[in-house]
Amino acid sequence: MDLLVNIMLGIIIAATPLVFAAIGELIVEKSGVLNLGVEGMMIVGALAGFAATIELGSFWAGIAAAALAGALMALLFAVLTQSLLANQVATGLALTMFGLGLAALLGQRYSGKSAPEVSKLHIPGLSELPIVGPILFGHDAMVYLAVALVAVTAWFLKNTRQGLVIRAIGENHDAAHAIGHPVILYRYVALMFGGACAGLGGAYLSLVQTPFWVENMTAGRGWIALALVVFSAWRPWWAFMGAYLFGGITIIQLHGQGMGLDIEPQLLAMLPYIATIIVLVLISSDRTKARLNAPANLGQTFFKSS
Amino acid sequence: MFRIEPRKEPSRAMAYATPFLALLLTILAGFVLFALLGKDPLKATWIIFIEPLTTLYSISEMMVKATPLILIGIGLALGFRAGVWNIGAEGQFTMGALTGGAMALALYQIEGFWVLPLICLAGIFGGMAWAAIPALLRTRFNTNEILVSLMLVYIATLLLSIMVHGPLRSPEGMNFPESRLFHDAALMPVLIEGTRAHWGFIVALLVALAAYLLLRFHIVGLALKVVGQAPRAARFAGFSEKRMVWFSFLVSGGLAGLAGVFEATGPVGQLVPALPVGYGFTAIIVAFLGRLHPAGIVVGGLLLALTYIGGESAQISMQLPSSTTRVFQGLLLFFLLTTDILVNYKIKSVRARPGAITLNRP
Repeated sequence: MDLLVNIMLGIIIAATPLVFAAIGELIVEKSGVLNLGVEGMMIVGALAGFAATIELGSFWAGIAAAALAGALMALLFAVLTQSLLANQVATGLALTMFGLGLAALLGQRYSGKSAPEVSKLHIPGLSELPIVGPILFGHDAMVYLAVALVAVTAWFLKNTRQGLVIRAIGENHDAAHAIGHPVILYRYVALMFGGACAGLGGAYLSLVQTPFWVENMTAGRGWIALALVVFSAWRPWWAFMGAYLFGGITIIQLHGQGMGLDIEPQLLAMLPYIATIIVLVLISSDRTKARLNAPANLGQTFFKSS
Repeated sequence: MFRIEPRKEPSRAMAYATPFLALLLTILAGFVLFALLGKDPLKATWIIFIEPLTTLYSISEMMVKATPLILIGIGLALGFRAGVWNIGAEGQFTMGALTGGAMALALYQIEGFWVLPLICLAGIFGGMAWAAIPALLRTRFNTNEILVSLMLVYIATLLLSIMVHGPLRSPEGMNFPESRLFHDAALMPVLIEGTRAHWGFIVALLVALAAYLLLRFHIVGLALKVVGQAPRAARFAGFSEKRMVWFSFLVSGGLAGLAGVFEATGPVGQLVPALPVGYGFTAIIVAFLGRLHPAGIVVGGLLLALTYIGGESAQISMQLPSSTTRVFQGLLLFFLLTTDILVNYKIKSVRARPGAITLNRP
């Protein structure tokens, strides 16, 4: 039973950064923008969160710094792609390369240090229930924040006027512009929100999942988050499920050897990447379905002609 | 106030000028960066961009590093022209080094002029096979090639690690994760005596020439362009998008594989887990810096090789962190993309022409 609880805890911890990053990118893509820089925004968020926590001695200062850093990275992307009409794929790659380099450069003085342990929310009574208690209750606040983020995002996109406008802009920016919606403004806001979410995901990595700073510690999770958005067919709760599915795969990697599986560790480390490819193939092979769900103007540059 | 107006056709003058403008802006941004790091900006800029050009040794090292950048950049540019985004050249590079290196170890101590060409072929094949996966998945299942090719980078790196820890580990290596040193017949011949510069650099220049001729005179050059810029027109003209995806991936994968095997049989001389050092990603910058044109890519490859060498010596003489080079490279790509707007659009000052009515629409 202890093993079961441990596995569930591991899944939750591995999934939470992916939930943040994927939900952020989902909103961005819903507005019709493809930001491939998630990995870069995550790693900068990871460093900003870690550094602020160490320097200011407060976990929440770290979280705020991570969100801010991610949003600033996204602002850079927004200026280039929305105002200066640069190619979104190339700019996203540039953001990732720049972010990885910048984080490595500024993070040098923090390598080897470790972050203070994050307090867990204990709910007297509920946390002590057998099995259910430790699985559902007694996590750090970020785990619940991630779930709340999914719920709010799903509700926002479906039930609010602004959510509808974002979806409209993603489907046809020219039409949305023609009836008077500020396309570029909405995309700036969506991008910065997405960047803040990616930053939070990064901070969860460096403050909770592996509470110390290592160069390149995101190890492709930003790219996996991008894949999760495709997997979810741009539906928030599916992205959430996808993240937990990937958390599960990561855990096989951690516990595989403990459970006596005689496999090279590198082979187990490949699992998340292989799973991403398989999932992408399964989702995209149904062409009509894939085309129905993807925002029609995804990745296209909007030029305000009048 | 300024307003952006689309040009009727892209400006050639700007297309040539913007890479230099971007480089200038990068150097200026570098000044700020160095000042913030508390280093002398002038000295750092001198060490990174000028000093490496003054000694034969650093010029030869530039050739060593430019070789993979040019080879991979040429291949990627073909695909980028067609809107085929092979982002996983780093993985194809690793697989090329792995298959080529495995061939070199299989032919251990065997002499003959055919040994090295066979090793190189194995490397090309390895890179092609790895690139065939995203090509197949994109053409058969419509799967996003960016994400698949990128995931394959991580898988390739881990695969190299498994092989070097296991089957390809040197029997005399005292359990270190590295292969045997390749024997002489399996090593790239040296181009300049006493340095690490090898004939792979000449091969890279020949590949650039071949790519230029292909793009200029062969129908494939046109097909790539049309598929990339006007997919519908390409369909009517009978250019198959699928065929262009396959062509782009096989050529860029093969060239990345060749770059990988050159790296293994050239400067490194054996298989080690740390063989892939990011040339596959830097080559993306090289391709854009060279405006996807083979001649431009040769210049771009040399320039980025210069930043590697200069970055290394600044690391030693000024204690600049090694990641400075990566920040520089990222900045360079940013500025390239920023200045790109000047090629396709005119920036007009609105106040300069009061009351003017613009009829130009895209």
